[in-house]
Amino acid sequence: MAELRQFKLPDVGEGLTEGEILSWLVAVGDSVTVNQPLCEVETAKAAVELPSPFAGTVTELLFDAGTTVDVGAPIITIDVGGGSDAAPAEDAPTGSGLIGETNANGRTAVLVGYGPRSTEAKRRPRRGQPVAAAQVTAPQVLPEADHSPAHTPLLATAPDARVKPVRHGGLEAARAAEAAAARRPADPAASASSATAGRGALRPLAKPPVRKYAKELGIDLTTVRGTGEGGVITRADVDAALAPPAEPQGAAAGDTRIPIKGVRKHTAAAMVASAFTAPHVTEFLTVDVTRTMKLRERLATRPELAGVKVSPLLFVAKALLLAAERHPMVNSSWDEAAQEIVVHGAVNLGIAAATPRGLIVPNVKDAGRLSLAELAGALTELTETARAGKTQPQDMTGGTITITNVGVFGVDTGTPILNPGESAILAFGAVRAMPWVHKGKVVPRQVTTLALSFDHRIVDGELGSRFLADVGALLHDPGTALAF
Amino acid sequence: MTALQQGTTEVVDPVPGAGAPHLPDQPDLVQLLTPEGERVEHPDYRLDISDDELRGLYRDLALVRRWDAEATALQRQGELGIWASLLGQEAAQVGAGRALVDGDMAFPTYREHGVAWTRGVDPLHVMSLFRGVDQGGWDPVARSFNLYTVVIGAQTLHATGYAMGLQRDGAENAALAFLGDGATSQGEVNEAMIWASTFAAPVVFFCQNNQYAISVPIERQSRVPLYQRAAGFGFPGVRVDGNDVLAVLAVTRAALAAAREGSGPTFIEAFTYRMGAHTTSDDPTRYRLAGELEEWKLRDPIARLKAHLSRTGIAGPEFFTAVDAEGDELAARIRKGTVEMPDPAGTEMFDHVFAEQTPELAQQREEFVAYHASFEGEQ
Repeated sequence: MAELRQFKLPDVGEGLTEGEILSWLVAVGDSVTVNQPLCEVETAKAAVELPSPFAGTVTELLFDAGTTVDVGAPIITIDVGGGSDAAPAEDAPTGSGLIGETNANGRTAVLVGYGPRSTEAKRRPRRGQPVAAAQVTAPQVLPEADHSPAHTPLLATAPDARVKPVRHGGLEAARAAEAAAARRPADPAASASSATAGRGALRPLAKPPVRKYAKELGIDLTTVRGTGEGGVITRADVDAALAPPAEPQGAAAGDTRIPIKGVRKHTAAAMVASAFTAPHVTEFLTVDVTRTMKLRERLATRPELAGVKVSPLLFVAKALLLAAERHPMVNSSWDEAAQEIVVHGAVNLGIAAATPRGLIVPNVKDAGRLSLAELAGALTELTETARAGKTQPQDMTGGTITITNVGVFGVDTGTPILNPGESAILAFGAVRAMPWVHKGKVVPRQVTTLALSFDHRIVDGELGSRFLADVGALLHDPGTALAF
Repeated sequence: MTALQQGTTEVVDPVPGAGAPHLPDQPDLVQLLTPEGERVEHPDYRLDISDDELRGLYRDLALVRRWDAEATALQRQGELGIWASLLGQEAAQVGAGRALVDGDMAFPTYREHGVAWTRGVDPLHVMSLFRGVDQGGWDPVARSFNLYTVVIGAQTLHATGYAMGLQRDGAENAALAFLGDGATSQGEVNEAMIWASTFAAPVVFFCQNNQYAISVPIERQSRVPLYQRAAGFGFPGVRVDGNDVLAVLAVTRAALAAAREGSGPTFIEAFTYRMGAHTTSDDPTRYRLAGELEEWKLRDPIARLKAHLSRTGIAGPEFFTAVDAEGDELAARIRKGTVEMPDPAGTEMFDHVFAEQTPELAQQREEFVAYHASFEGEQ
């Protein structure tokens, strides 16, 4: 038999009145154990996970993620009956003191044992004052089994729990306004009514930066309609007031909301996983690559390289491969599960490619064994396939080290994020003619900047520096390759 | 990018010391058990310890951590007003607590749950304080463990005064004052040390340097390592690896022995790390980086002792399973006991203010009772 318990949002800080449900970690139908995290809640003080006080099956999530909920409001219903036939009568909720239950005295345990009361909010009547007593003790209107819980009044005195109590300024209002503005595009009717309800004769509600903003623009906030929750005036409202009626849709009309999916979603997950798993270090080296550029011109005319693209990227790739042969540890992976570092036998060289589908990183398998001509052919094929959107999954897996060619966008350098599972990534910047000290004189030279990010768990500063210096030396004087 | 590995990266039970950036060069750090679980010797601090005692220390550490986890969850469920987590500081507390002998007296801050445990304080008597039901339910004299002191550093004065009392009684015992790194900036602490030094009082100042005074890092609290400050007061200062329960035990034992013998105070800086928030009201991600926490996870006090016990064969899987089970039982008992704690009667606030009730308070109590009796219905 089902035995439903509700967990009410506790005060997880000190003296907080509300929190925003950032995300649910369980779904209806999930079975949960005591202390299993149910959801993540952000308050003015911290974002925390709420652990379940009950073991059972989730039957209802009472608020969507993104909702700001008052402390004391039930947020989840859990069936703790566990499918047993009969719930023992003495287990009836009354007075057991568990969260999510109202005691006989109307208290709900939330913080220090003295949570909000859902039955009475007034004092007990003094003896000998029967009239007052009759008035206050009356409403016993909440039927036990009914949980249309999103609207359970927290206090008998609140006319409607859906109307949030209006706070004048303060972090809660600002956060609520931001949350509301981000959540839904302006709904003129609703916002008008809430604005009316919230504003009254007092000064208009707006957070300090918005007040300052309005003041700078010379806008009187009493003339601005607030679209934030509780009628709070947002920055966008001030903008709307500045550019009169042209924009009837209001604040967020110019924004486009794009669902996060596909390559974007994978890219985001990969970047987050990489950035927060591997401690990144990035080092920079500016190199005079004039000799490499001259070599490129000479080689481009050779018959072996006819029909393939002899790009600056080719030389960077070759330099990286030669340097990686000398420093095999940069071509390795951190295997957390096995507690081992995997030093790869082959260099599968990834090239970050911007494609119509988004960022992908196909790689050239065992690139270290290819001749310059073969490498040039492989790179050309790889980038053309990627741009055509035809890269196969196997071409994108198994990479061991990556080059990102930000120079093609005319950018000097960046701090690249490692392709997950790899230990190094080299960013290749634009090659520019720059004033440079060459043989004791300032002359125009072809100069570029290299940026190497590496996983500091595997690659120490010394190794990373030597590797980057070797790549730089090879590009500065390709003849150095003879010594490698 | 479809096949990218997106697995979780959390190290739940890291191989102790694997890749741990070792503590910055600290030639003076006393360590008897490395983060990898290797026993090492120290010329000044020897520790002869039986296998039973080693297993006992592991049990202390594991149970205290389990209690702490349950208390944090209970706060998140609204059952406690606040909780000050000791996560990461178990070894410092258990090592110090186990160094005490009969007749010694400990003066805790509000985070010394591990010391409370070693003094035989029922965890529920600590929970009642954080639930707001009472001011701490244990008998400080019977447990040789004073009530929690929330005022930062005030207990160092209490401890020094108590130690001077011991001295005047001719008792061969010592007081152990707990404090944090932030407290060393308090006036009281400096006064306490000056008095303790001047009178050669039998007190040991045990400072858990967990690197943060709430959000202020130690670099912004002191220009010198904290243990070096002791020299300025005129007594020895020692820095011990606070995540090494054996070193903490040895160093604290030696300091307490010196105090009992009349050699005066010692300042112990237990170099450790608060792996959780300052309290449940705090969000440490706002002032420190995740990487730092990851580094300290590799120096985990429990993992290194577990590695040592496993490697030497002093304890096997069945022992660890049994301790885990005991931890779960303890947690269940703490949960049940906390949730079922009755609210105290309102009159209790008058009852323990003074050792002997005063006429003024007795009168206030009567008025309070009469006032509440003037309402209809049950309270």
